[in-house]
Amino acid sequence: MRTYAIETKGLVKAFGDFIAVDGLDLNIEEGKITALLGPNGAGKTTTIQMILDLITPTSGEIKIFGLSMKHDREKILSQVNFSSPYVALPQSLTVMENLLTFARLYGVKDPGKQISELADFFEIRHLLTRMTSGLSTGQLTRVNLTKAFLNNPRLLLLDEATASLDPYIADKTRKVLKRVQKEKGVTILYTSHNMAEIEELCDDVIFINKGKIRDRGTPEELVAKFGHKDLNEVFLDIAKENEEDDK
Amino acid sequence: MKLHRIMALTMRHMYLFKRSVPRLMDIFFWPTISLLTWGFLTTYLEKVNLNTVNIASILLGAIIFWEFLQRFQNGVSITFLEEVWERNILNIFVTPITVGEFLSATTLLGIVRMVCVFAVMSSISLLLYHFSIFSVGMAFIPFMLILMLFGFSLGVFTMAVILRFGTQAQVLAFSIIFLFQPLSAVFYPVTALPHFLQFFAWLLPSTYVFEGMRGVLTNGSVDTALLIQGFIIASIYAALMVWFFYRMFAYVKRQGKLLKLE
Repeated sequence: MRTYAIETKGLVKAFGDFIAVDGLDLNIEEGKITALLGPNGAGKTTTIQMILDLITPTSGEIKIFGLSMKHDREKILSQVNFSSPYVALPQSLTVMENLLTFARLYGVKDPGKQISELADFFEIRHLLTRMTSGLSTGQLTRVNLTKAFLNNPRLLLLDEATASLDPYIADKTRKVLKRVQKEKGVTILYTSHNMAEIEELCDDVIFINKGKIRDRGTPEELVAKFGHKDLNEVFLDIAKENEEDDK
Repeated sequence: MKLHRIMALTMRHMYLFKRSVPRLMDIFFWPTISLLTWGFLTTYLEKVNLNTVNIASILLGAIIFWEFLQRFQNGVSITFLEEVWERNILNIFVTPITVGEFLSATTLLGIVRMVCVFAVMSSISLLLYHFSIFSVGMAFIPFMLILMLFGFSLGVFTMAVILRFGTQAQVLAFSIIFLFQPLSAVFYPVTALPHFLQFFAWLLPSTYVFEGMRGVLTNGSVDTALLIQGFIIASIYAALMVWFFYRMFAYVKRQGKLLKLE
């Protein structure tokens, strides 16, 4: 039987009467960059938070690399990492102190060496002794990405990784992600509202709407299927559909 | 339970002390001020001679043990609050850390605070008032153990309430301990309380410590049965509060409130 990086079966999350995720059957292949897209309130964040065990599903099952989150949480989370520009690292520590803390939490064998290698990779060596509170948004994003690679994750969940970055740094970040994914074979689940970025970066795109999969395919397949010129228009179609349903 | 994860979180909070004057004051300055204020009062009471045996020792012992309890509870609760204030809860709980390891790290930080407070207060009381906290003898160990268990219970209870109701409940981290001060009979015997309150006083593990301490300092002996009772009650509270925290943690995960904690 095939093992996926992420596999969900009948995943449901209800908050009272509101169903955020509605019987989601998801399978994400290893070693690919997959985009999880959808309009606001589609259920993306809730799905990611359930994958990270921050929210308990109402029903259904989540398997990461064939392991059940219910029974193998520690084993799973030691192979997973997460980065979002909206989730800040502690501001009252230096960058090095922050990275050391997370390296230790993940049980990295030689934290100093790992941080040093990643600091060169993400070009943050000069920031290591700086206070995290004094970093610019772009610098923080790179530090966050460094943190996300500390444990050499097999699965990386990136929430709007390039949001608030200037086009130059955003482009650089995308190139780094492509390189890392190729060199280390990391599976990346990516959310973004920048459709051009998704087209450039992702092998597979999953559109979710009202907590269910609305469509899935490569960026090219979806653009062709909807008869549009780019993914942005596909997104607009789905968002409009969502709005009309609400009316 | 993985030690490296407990140590990682402990070290993360130790880093904060390097460059935070208010945090250092919390450990070194305020307990010293408290000891000085009460210490001078006891010196005065001794001078006016109220025909009370060991009044100075009893009051100084009470202040020191009370500060232990307060700083330990603070240490446990504030470690959690620091993560909430820094919005670091998500970063922590997407790592493989378990709730048990998280609680262990907060306990370890409570112990670190308590040891520092102990070092400062015992030295000052010895130097200025010629009172050694070790004059309670071997009873010192059970006293500390009971106070640690009770401080842990109050700290974990506070964390659980903040988890459930958010930072609007954070005032508890600093004030909950004072709810228990009058009933713990810190500076007077339990018999000084109105009769109906005495029943509630004996429900608090701290009462057994302060009664026991007065016993040692006045008669030179400690009632072992009293200490055993205090220890059993403290252990029951600690177990209940851990259970309560796990329940609240599971509740906020079901409600999706773990990340909205601010």
